[in-house]
Amino acid sequence: MTTTTLAVLVPLLPFLGAIAGLLLGRTAPGFVRPLAVLPTLVSLALAALVAARQGGDGAVDAATELTPTGSVPVELALHIDGFAALTAVLVTVVAGCVQIYSTGYLRDDPRYPSYAALVSLFTSAMLLVVYSGDLMVLLVGWEVMGICSYFLVGHYWETPEARAASLKAFLVTKLGDLPFLIGLFALATDAGSFRITRILGAVANGGIEHPTLVALLLLAGVAGKSAQFPLHTWLPDAMAGPTPVSALIHAATMVAAGVYFIARLLPLFEASQAAMTVLAVMAAVTMAGSALAALAQDDIKRVLAYSTIGQLGYMTGALAVADRGAAVFHLLSHGAFKALLFLAAGVIIHAAGTNSLAAMSRMGHLRDRVPDAYWTMTVALLALAAISPFSGFFSKEAVLGAAEHVVTGHTGHAPAAAGWIVLLAGLVTALLTAAYAMRLWQLAFRGHGTEAPDHGRQPLTMTVVLWVLAVPSLALGGLAFRVLPDWFDGRDLTPTLTTSVLGTGVALVGGIVTYATWRHTTAHAAARVPLGAVAAHPEGDAARVEAEAIAAHEPAYGDIAYAPDPSDPGRLLLGPLHRHAAAGFHLDAVYSALFVRPVRAGASLVRFLDREVVDTYVRGAGTLPRWLGAAVRRAQTGNLQTYVSALLAGTVVLAVAAVLAATGA
Amino acid sequence: MHLAYPAVLSALLFCTGLYGVLARRNAILVLMSVELMLNAVNLNLVAFDAWLSRAAEDTLHSGQALALFTIAIAAAEIGIGLAIVLAVYRNRGTSDIDRLRDTAEGHDPDDPDSDATGREAPAPRAAGEKAEATA
Repeated sequence: MTTTTLAVLVPLLPFLGAIAGLLLGRTAPGFVRPLAVLPTLVSLALAALVAARQGGDGAVDAATELTPTGSVPVELALHIDGFAALTAVLVTVVAGCVQIYSTGYLRDDPRYPSYAALVSLFTSAMLLVVYSGDLMVLLVGWEVMGICSYFLVGHYWETPEARAASLKAFLVTKLGDLPFLIGLFALATDAGSFRITRILGAVANGGIEHPTLVALLLLAGVAGKSAQFPLHTWLPDAMAGPTPVSALIHAATMVAAGVYFIARLLPLFEASQAAMTVLAVMAAVTMAGSALAALAQDDIKRVLAYSTIGQLGYMTGALAVADRGAAVFHLLSHGAFKALLFLAAGVIIHAAGTNSLAAMSRMGHLRDRVPDAYWTMTVALLALAAISPFSGFFSKEAVLGAAEHVVTGHTGHAPAAAGWIVLLAGLVTALLTAAYAMRLWQLAFRGHGTEAPDHGRQPLTMTVVLWVLAVPSLALGGLAFRVLPDWFDGRDLTPTLTTSVLGTGVALVGGIVTYATWRHTTAHAAARVPLGAVAAHPEGDAARVEAEAIAAHEPAYGDIAYAPDPSDPGRLLLGPLHRHAAAGFHLDAVYSALFVRPVRAGASLVRFLDREVVDTYVRGAGTLPRWLGAAVRRAQTGNLQTYVSALLAGTVVLAVAAVLAATGA
Repeated sequence: MHLAYPAVLSALLFCTGLYGVLARRNAILVLMSVELMLNAVNLNLVAFDAWLSRAAEDTLHSGQALALFTIAIAAAEIGIGLAIVLAVYRNRGTSDIDRLRDTAEGHDPDDPDSDATGREAPAPRAAGEKAEATA
């Protein structure tokens, strides 16, 4: 088979699996698990084969136009360069792991068939985005991901948090997608095509008339999808979905789609200095703000969600300094270790029966209950904090190195201001990242207090994938920075000495300070407030435990993100900022004041107009006929003789009239 | 005989019948009045038939044939009508048309006597029940 055929099969197989899963889910439950897992694994093999055949050489391009569509043609096009080939491998690896993990995680869930089919559909949409060479086809995958995300976040729709979170995720990403669509149209009008290759050709020839406008419009969609400031608020709330969904959608793939999109069209963004500066500022605010917020969260998954936002900030930062090699490198390594972090967090939540770090820090020997999750999460947290031999170190250093390159003026692709912004924000975030990684690790695994409940060993499907994902978290970076430049633009990804020393230094400082704070706060063990709410059915499957943990957090602590825990090191580190950081710097309140309340006021106004004004006219129109009807009804007395008399009178009148008319009188 | 005599007689008969239909209270008398009206029509049919056949304009005597039809139909009609009146009487204990107002606007179907209040003293229900029992 040719590479093109293989590449077409990669997104097609999960799609067919999803359709089959949706159709057979009720009638043949035995086929649901194979139908969920096998197409994804075959896709993984095919994607790896495509990557091996492509080998980082010239891009594979194929296009067919099904039918003429009017002005700008829409073509079914493939454009597989090194970025696409490797990103597709990452997507299929993570999707395969998540599908296998889900068979254990949702093993008693009655809605597993539709869940697995939606995950397959989602995987297929992401692969479509990755491989597509036509922006309209890319948009199809982009929107399918949006709707799948809505359904999957709302998987526990019995809980109000999940319902609200799914709506919020959908609406906020749509808020970005509208400018994105307009931007795509503007871009296609200027370039005369939706094909990525032709658009890039037009950019190279200076054929785009308004690069800044188009780039900023596209940036809005990217900010929504990739959870960048100011459209990031949906991602922490989306943690109300099942953990495998968080791992797949909100760590490794969907949020990566925005970054990947900019990486594909980077020359367009480079054509506008303003867009690059906006991108840099967006990345810096996102990075630093999300790292501060992560330090204050109580829900283990919300910590990871804010961490995802921050790491995506690194990627957009790398794009702001015009180094898409570094951005996609970080995307790959982050995809692996963040999926691992989420999946391990799912195991921990199942074992502990709670998602609250405050409650976990009051459990002894939690790490002995989940040794696999303990060791793999340690690896992943070290990778997140960018400690040297782990993959996160190399990719993050590639980003910081690219920023330093721009600062020192070695490249003309990006403004030096963007370089400074990204470099400084990146260093601050490295410090904070190490701090919240250390806090998470200490609170989750080094707790004191009553023994953690023992539910026996975790399902094998859930622990094996952790080790599978731990391998790239451990080893990908050291190998990849030598190999990847051949696949990407050829720019060097080797860590430079200055940024390595600086980055590792601040990370160590962050970790050590947090450790010291933790020792200090836990020293007052006598003053510790008893805290904790544990799921009502600890022996149930993991998904049920998690749903109950999410539902129990707000009644137990008064807030979904916050716990009144005085022994939390984050509280001491952040000081008075802690309260605001826990609430995500009140951005939700701002949105509520700016959008939600005006919309609600408008709705009540419309309701008033409908009920009081429009309905009055309608009722008025009905009143007159009703009166007439009442008058006519009085004639119906029930007396036959009255009716016959009226009939006679009418006949006489008619007869007289007829006679008069006939005689011409 | 001049045509005027049967025509006037038939008109008188018809008016008597009409008066009976409009004014009598008893359903049986109303039915009898209907018979009067029908017979007035029959008289007209026969008279005009005789008049037209004398002028040799109609030789089929269709008027007389039609009168026979009317008599047959009137027999059937009076049979059904009397059966209905009998059934109503058994059910209600009365055949007074003024009190049979079930189709009046605002009538409560559960209470057949509600329309008759203030007009006449209602017929004793016991009589109706007795009629039903003896039937």
